Amino acid sequence: MLFGIDTYGLQLAIIADDGRRLTYAELAELVQEKAKSLQRGVLQFCMCRNTVESIVEYLACLEAGAPVVLLDATKDAETIENLRQIYRPGETRCHADLAVCLTTSGSTGSPKLVRLTLKNILANAESIAEYLRIDNNERPITMLPMYYSYGLSIINSHLLKGATILLTDKTYAQREFWNFLRTYEATSMSGVPYTWEMLRRLRFMRMDLPSVKTMTQAGGKLNADIALEYIRWAKTQNKQFIVMYGQTEATARMSYLPWESAEEKSASIGIAIPRGTFSLAEDGELIYEGANVSMGYAECAEDLLKGDENHGVLHTGDMARVDEDGFYYIVGRKKRFVKVWGNRCNLDQIEQLVKPITTSCACAGVDDHITVFVTQEGLEKEIKNLLSAKTGLNPIAFAVKVIAAIPVKESGKIDYQLLQTWI
Amino acid sequence: MFAETFGIEEAQVAGLKYQAIEQWDSVGHMTLVAAIEDAFEIEMDTDDIIDMSSFEKAQEIVAKYGVAF
Repeated sequence: MLFGIDTYGLQLAIIADDGRRLTYAELAELVQEKAKSLQRGVLQFCMCRNTVESIVEYLACLEAGAPVVLLDATKDAETIENLRQIYRPGETRCHADLAVCLTTSGSTGSPKLVRLTLKNILANAESIAEYLRIDNNERPITMLPMYYSYGLSIINSHLLKGATILLTDKTYAQREFWNFLRTYEATSMSGVPYTWEMLRRLRFMRMDLPSVKTMTQAGGKLNADIALEYIRWAKTQNKQFIVMYGQTEATARMSYLPWESAEEKSASIGIAIPRGTFSLAEDGELIYEGANVSMGYAECAEDLLKGDENHGVLHTGDMARVDEDGFYYIVGRKKRFVKVWGNRCNLDQIEQLVKPITTSCACAGVDDHITVFVTQEGLEKEIKNLLSAKTGLNPIAFAVKVIAAIPVKESGKIDYQLLQTWI
Repeated sequence: MFAETFGIEEAQVAGLKYQAIEQWDSVGHMTLVAAIEDAFEIEMDTDDIIDMSSFEKAQEIVAKYGVAF
């Protein structure tokens, strides 16, 4: 079976936060049973939570060869219904290589999906397990949702090695999370930049968590000073803080910063993962090649019949430089998007969402904060509520500012550089 | 302060619990903590931050730091 889950027998696969324990043999049996009800080549939706049911459903789809779209179970009904109408799960026939579809970071309510093959998933899981040296003694605690590529990569890479996943939807802001982590002795934690910033405010570095040996960070750029603070602290604690870089378009991971170089190169995204390669295009765009590069996107049901369009090469949209030791550094972005708590938000798409409320609007943003500029007073609440509902992000992510007029350049295009200075 | 952070009516605040409304997720929680710390010029302990699971609990915790309502 996939990830060899039927070979780990009585090893514990999952400990859930309700106390439920599942061995790999039990997990394999549940997956096989569930897979019987699924039809090869026909699209499925999986409404994900970090629960045994969601993991079984996901694995059963892979086992049965039923391409599956992993979605946020807490997403509003309207968004899900819209996706059902576009992709028609239970009916739509897909390309033979299609295994998993992930939303392009879940935000902006866009129905665009990334198309992944089994080969993508396995290649990435193997590379990750190799550079993180994952073995069956590991006990990662889930801190990210499984419909998010980073969260899914943790599940995949640990199942592959027969490790025990501590499964919970609880967050670091809840006592239950910390009790669960301590009781079952989690060995690794994971977070997007915002998570590590907040854990720092929670005085994480003063907590006594002897079982935790590895901390990973991906999903955007962590402030360089904070990264260095974690790296230095981890060194004194005999722990590791691993900075990583990736995109859903590459299944999850493209690079990691090797621990030996972490302090010296703390501003770097590191080197390509095992069996992956980086290069720079003439304009400085970071190009990745590897077996984990997705087949491409889907924006309608017909697209699910398409084959591989990327051929193992991904244009990341990030601008980068490389140092003399071969370490890469992100210096900017080619497109107008920001990362909000690890979710990629295209500022042009956000702008389109606001248009029905007022056409006189423009968006600018920095990571973890988007500013909507409008020319009409009194729309703040309406805009924030709409954006929160459509993106699933906490309204705190958005600010609405009223200005006299939306600035335009001589060409007539919106002057985003100027707006950026008004945030 | 709860009403302002979460953008809700003051009448909704009494009895409010963590995750009872969409805005009070982990992101909202840490924003709330920052707002409370700034307003009362206090620095809360980890235990207090993760125990602050309702409006009433928050009042109790903040009172410990010598803040009177």
